[in-house]
Amino acid sequence: MIFHDQALLKAVNINKSFGQGCIQCKNKETHILKKNYCPVCGTIYACRDVSLEIYPGEILGLVGESGSGKSTLLDIFYFDTPADDGELFFQHWEEGKDNILDLSSQQKRCIRNRLLGKVYQNPLHGLKMDFSAISNVVEKLIAAGQRNVKQMETGGNEFLDHVNIPFFRRKDVPKNFSGGMQQRVQIAKALSNQPSLLLLDEVTTGLDLSVQASVLDLIKHIQRVFKVSMLIVSHDLRVVRMLAERMIVMLDGKIVEQGLTDQILEDPQHAYTQQLVYSLL
Amino acid sequence: MNSFPFAFFDEGSKREIRRATLKAIAIPGYQVPFASREMPIARGWGTGGLQLTLSLIGKDDVLKVIDQGSDESVNAVNIKKFICKTTNVELTEDTAKASMIQSRHRIPEMPLREDQVLILQVPIPEPLRYIEPSEMETKKLHSENEYSGAWLMLFEQIVKFGQITSGADHPVCVHHRYVMAPSPIPRFDNAKLDHSKALILFGAGREKKVYAIPPYTSVVSLAFDDLPFQVENFEGMVCRICGSSDVYMDELMDQDGKVTYQCNDTSHCYEKSQRGER
Repeated sequence: MIFHDQALLKAVNINKSFGQGCIQCKNKETHILKKNYCPVCGTIYACRDVSLEIYPGEILGLVGESGSGKSTLLDIFYFDTPADDGELFFQHWEEGKDNILDLSSQQKRCIRNRLLGKVYQNPLHGLKMDFSAISNVVEKLIAAGQRNVKQMETGGNEFLDHVNIPFFRRKDVPKNFSGGMQQRVQIAKALSNQPSLLLLDEVTTGLDLSVQASVLDLIKHIQRVFKVSMLIVSHDLRVVRMLAERMIVMLDGKIVEQGLTDQILEDPQHAYTQQLVYSLL
Repeated sequence: MNSFPFAFFDEGSKREIRRATLKAIAIPGYQVPFASREMPIARGWGTGGLQLTLSLIGKDDVLKVIDQGSDESVNAVNIKKFICKTTNVELTEDTAKASMIQSRHRIPEMPLREDQVLILQVPIPEPLRYIEPSEMETKKLHSENEYSGAWLMLFEQIVKFGQITSGADHPVCVHHRYVMAPSPIPRFDNAKLDHSKALILFGAGREKKVYAIPPYTSVVSLAFDDLPFQVENFEGMVCRICGSSDVYMDELMDQDGKVTYQCNDTSHCYEKSQRGER
């Protein structure tokens, strides 16, 4: 695989289903789904032939209703869930020649620890709630092979500075933090190994408006400072409008529309996108 | 006791445990699951070590059992009596004379030899258990050589207390591959695992795991680059009985609050004081 346009991450025809599948839905001709599941056997087709590219330094927004496959796609990119089939190429791994979905679990772990960062919608999944905030940030550094306490402490504190966690709370456990603070610790953790791609899953959902604003500010700031590419999943169009230059709309496991954020919001083509944009106003 | 076969177990049971033991020796530090037997003592009281001992012991073996350094504590005495009743082997308290040593929480002070086997009783064989409660997940972590959890536990101690505070069971890396729980031996004893001349076996009866450190295997205690591994400090402490100063000490306090120290390894202490009298 050669990148003509030097995409950082290139996904080709990613498929993911949950369930056994049956004669009807496995057959291409009789493959008729109700929304994203098979009415006969109940198998859910979470991602259907999803292809996308993320370019260095850009923020790509991914919107869609609940159950449209956004989070599943992110899980596949972070190796949390295996894909059924499809190809994924990452510029910083063997110059994008290998399909990284076919790598061994050790190699996947290596990519995940050294090149990727993810912020989960639920901080419970991204943080160790009984370990201090600084340890949580440092975990990613340890995983990436660092073994020097002083350096890791300095590094960890630096990232916690960026996300405005006050110094006196850094030895506290995230269990005792507010939702917004937990989310910011997660961001610091995801950033600490200086990943080339950051995956953000509904980072602002469940936060109050002022905290939302500060987290969004932070993300914008981080992109400017670290020049990291981001894939932002949200069902909130306002978040995507503010952050992303380019966006993708998913519905029932399929990409229905993609393009420049402004363009899509001003002139939505697909019926679902139109509905989405109108409901925003 | 004639109704029992030699060493309590039927031959099939011994075979199963020996098979697991052989595999454990072949993959240093790897936890091999085995069909842990129901024993006449409760799980958690040394059934893992006991099963290893019973499956390996022969008529010519000389057995020593210690519990936290003592040959005469209840756990050691009970296990000794049981093994003796079912095998009639010779018992000893002298480390040098023993061919098999079953121990809980200590490694004898006297360096072991190639013709000896040390069997340690293990309560929690999984070094990552505190970080990851699921066995399925920890198996994956071992297979992927992903030990950041073990390091993270040490880092958290440094964050909280300014130093590594694991009192016992400080994780070690065996043969540059598997991170292993050395059973709750003090950090002081970790060095004795490295390139040990004797075969060291670990048995966890409740958790149904056997693992091993073959002779002359590299065993490195986990430590950070700028914070080297440290053992318990007994500087300036002298055993009140035998006068040793380079061993693991127990602290004793009398009614008046006066503190004295004594060797934790009782047979080492006894021997040394006997020799001193001569």
